[in-house]
Order: sequence, then C-alpha cells, then structure tokens
Amino acid sequence: MRETSRRSGADTFKLVASWLVVLIPAAWGVSQVVAKAAALFK
Amino acid sequence: MGFLDRERCIAPPGYDRWRVPPAALAIHLSIGQAYAFSVFNLPLSHAIGITTEAPGDWKLSTIGWVFSTAIVFLGLSAFTFGRWLEDAGPRKAMFASATCFATGFFVAALGVQLHSIWLVYLGYGVIGGIGLGLGYISPVSTLIKWFPDRPGMATGLAIMGFGGGAMIGSPLAVALMDHFKSATSVGVVPTFVAMGAIYFVFMMFGVFTVRLPAPGSAPAPAAAVRSVRPPAPDVHVNRAISTKQFWLLWVVLCFNVTAGIGVLGQASPMIQEMFTGRITPAAAAGFVGLLSLANMAGRFLWSSTSDVIGRRLTYAIFFALGALLYSLVPATGRAGSVVLFVAAYAVIMTMYGGGFATIPAYLRDLFGVMHVGAIHGRLLTAWSVAGVAGPALVNYIREFEIARGVPKAGAYSVTMYIMAGLLVIGFIANWLVTPVDARFRFEPDPAGAAARMAA
Repeated sequence: MRETSRRSGADTFKLVASWLVVLIPAAWGVSQVVAKAAALFK
Repeated sequence: MGFLDRERCIAPPGYDRWRVPPAALAIHLSIGQAYAFSVFNLPLSHAIGITTEAPGDWKLSTIGWVFSTAIVFLGLSAFTFGRWLEDAGPRKAMFASATCFATGFFVAALGVQLHSIWLVYLGYGVIGGIGLGLGYISPVSTLIKWFPDRPGMATGLAIMGFGGGAMIGSPLAVALMDHFKSATSVGVVPTFVAMGAIYFVFMMFGVFTVRLPAPGSAPAPAAAVRSVRPPAPDVHVNRAISTKQFWLLWVVLCFNVTAGIGVLGQASPMIQEMFTGRITPAAAAGFVGLLSLANMAGRFLWSSTSDVIGRRLTYAIFFALGALLYSLVPATGRAGSVVLFVAAYAVIMTMYGGGFATIPAYLRDLFGVMHVGAIHGRLLTAWSVAGVAGPALVNYIREFEIARGVPKAGAYSVTMYIMAGLLVIGFIANWLVTPVDARFRFEPDPAGAAARMAA
C-alpha cells in the first residue's frame, strides 16, 4: 500500500515540496493573526 | 485543453495519496480570501476622495453587497454545477474555479477604475462568486475517494483552508494597497489585478497536482478502511434531495451556521460593548483574529474526531455544548470575565468551523461516494440562507433591545439565548437522522430498480 511502501527520494521531494507550497503562505497568515490576537491579552 | 479531462488526472500506480490534500488546500486557501473582502470596504468608499469621502463615492452599505452577492453565487453555483463537476472531474472544475475567481478580480478592477459599482458586483460578486462555489466543492469527492479510511479528516483539511484563506488574503491585500497607493489613488485597482494574477497562479498548482485514484485501486490499507464506518450505498443526487435525511442535514447545517456567522460578523463591536472601557479596538481586532484561528482549527480537529466517534455524535456535541455555552456567555459578560468570554466563543467557533468541515463526510455516510460532491453543492444553499439570516438576526435583535432601553452591554443577552434555542432545534434535527431507505439507492440497471420497487 502507498503508506507502507517505501517512497523514492524523488517522491519524498515532491511530497515535501507540495506541502511547503501551501504551508508557507498559511503559516505567514497565521503568524499575522497571532500577532494581532496578542493585543487582546496585553 | 485535453489535460483537464478527468481521464488525464488519474493517478499512476503507487501515487502517494498525501500529495492530493495540498492541491485541495491551494484552491481553498485562495477562495477563502472572500472572507477578507471587508479590508477593501474603506478604501473603496474613498475611491474618489482618496483620504476622505467625496461626493460620488460609494457608501459602505453599497459596497457591502459585493460580498453578499459573492456568497449567494457561491451557493447557486455549487447547487448548479455540482452534478457537472462529478462528470468533468476535479481538474476541470478547479481550472474553471481559478479562471472565474481571477476574472472576477480583473472585472472588479475595471469596475473600480471606471467607478461602476455594477461592474464590481458583476466581477467579484457574480463571476468571482461562481468561482467560489466551484472551488469549494471541487476537491470534496476526490479527497473522500483517496481517504476512505479518514473521510472526515481529509475533507476537513481542505475546508480548513477556506477558513484560513482570510488570514492570507487580508494581510496580502493590506500590503499590496500600501505598496500601490499614491496621492491620487487608494491602490485598489492594481491590488485587484495583482491578487487575481497571484491567486490564479497559486490555484494552478492545485489544478496541475490534483489526481483521482485509478478505478478499482485501493488508496488506503484495507484494514484501516474496515475499521471505519463504510459509506452508504450510492444515492443519485436527484433522489438524495427527496429524502428526509437531506433536509434534516440542511437544517443541521443552516442552524449551526446561523448561530456562528451572526456572532462572527459582530464580534468586534460585541466585545467592546460588553466590556466597555476594558477592550480597545486593537484588542477587539485581536479577538476577531482569535475567533478566525479557532474557526480554522475546529475544521480540522472536529472533522478528524468525527472519523472516530461518528458524525451524528459529533454534531450532537456541537449542538449540546454550543447551546450550553451560548446560554452561559451573558453570565461571563455580567461577571466581567474577559477570559471566560473569549474561551467560550473560541470553543463555539471551533464547532462552527467543524460543522462546515464534517458535513461532506456525513453526506458520504448517508448517500455514498458517487454524487457526494453534487449533494454537498445542493446542501450549501443552507449556508446562503444562514449567511443572510444570522447577521440579520443579531443586528435586528440588538437594535430592538437598545431601542427599548436595554444598556449596550446587555443588548446581546437575548440574541445569545435565541442562538441557544436554534442549536436545540439543530440537536433534534440531527438526532432524527437515520440511514437512507434502500428504495433510494442508485440502480445502474433500471430493470433491477423496478424489480426492487415491485418487491
């Protein structure tokens, strides 16, 4: 099965790259909100 | 354009299914920008006067219809194109979504340049709204097919992106407007053009990387699939909407959204009025941000939990705990406890988001996988109704209470109790959901169906 079979280096790279494409902008957005939310407890 | 065909996005043997959720997230993180449209409200209302409102400038109430139109067309396009999407496949639907969403920005930019509000309505509201609807439902059935062992988690992951889209869209729009504004422009036109282009490219990542599992392949370990509730036998979308289960879920979604969306829209003035003098506008903005985070996190956490405890119990928790917390919120305000107030709302918002994210898996449990995207599209009309009813309910009751002399700090109490009441009705509707009768099952062979009916 896919999850149990060994991934090749190229497959691992594609998997990590795919997630980074969406997680980097998402993390930037979350950091903006967290910075704003900190004002609530100051 | 043959690369958009359904057959061309079938995954090769050994394809890693964990590469599919980022494709769905690329679409949802983009279209989720719609929730951040309000950052354009003030600049658009000064499009002529630049620093202040000038004669001929649009009023905020006029601009407010841009977002409302987009949400209405989200529901309408999800309803209309859901069935087409099942045949066309996710890649074509995502491409159509990206094209509409980007074109919506470009037409809206032209509308601002020519100072024609109708062009802005047509662009962002109608064309962009169609892109929202197509994009919202396009990855749902694909993810359910890839993750038969974790359908709640998979669709929750994508729909979490829609909740998070505003977190990217809002600061991005602010940064672009700051960059483009000048003494003679508020910078909205180039910002719309830039955002249309940026989102189109980002959504193309989803278009090119989305894959469907090969027919007959087993995307998940068989043991894992056996351990979860199996999907129901397939029901055709046209038959699904004639079942009581569809309409019970429509009520479930509508009331869960109504209870959350009204408060979400009024969160900033509400916390400032309930804790007068203690909460600054900046702190209130932080409260709104915190609710957005809770909304986003709840989409993933609750939908994943539903894979373990079941959808019916998950929604029962939403409605029971939600009603309890709404009933307690006025008391936290009277006690002057900001922490308890914020905590109660954060939990409520996780369940608001969780309600959106868990519904596709609930539909899959009841109506099977075959037309789950199309059925989901039709169910989203509940969102359109709630999107109008929720804010109207909160605003109207608040104004009514203030008009009859209730202090602003206490003007929200009745609203909270009504929201709790709505959730009790949702609880009952959810509890009445039972498996779909066998007579509604899809029968590829009409003769077989007739025989079954006769029997």
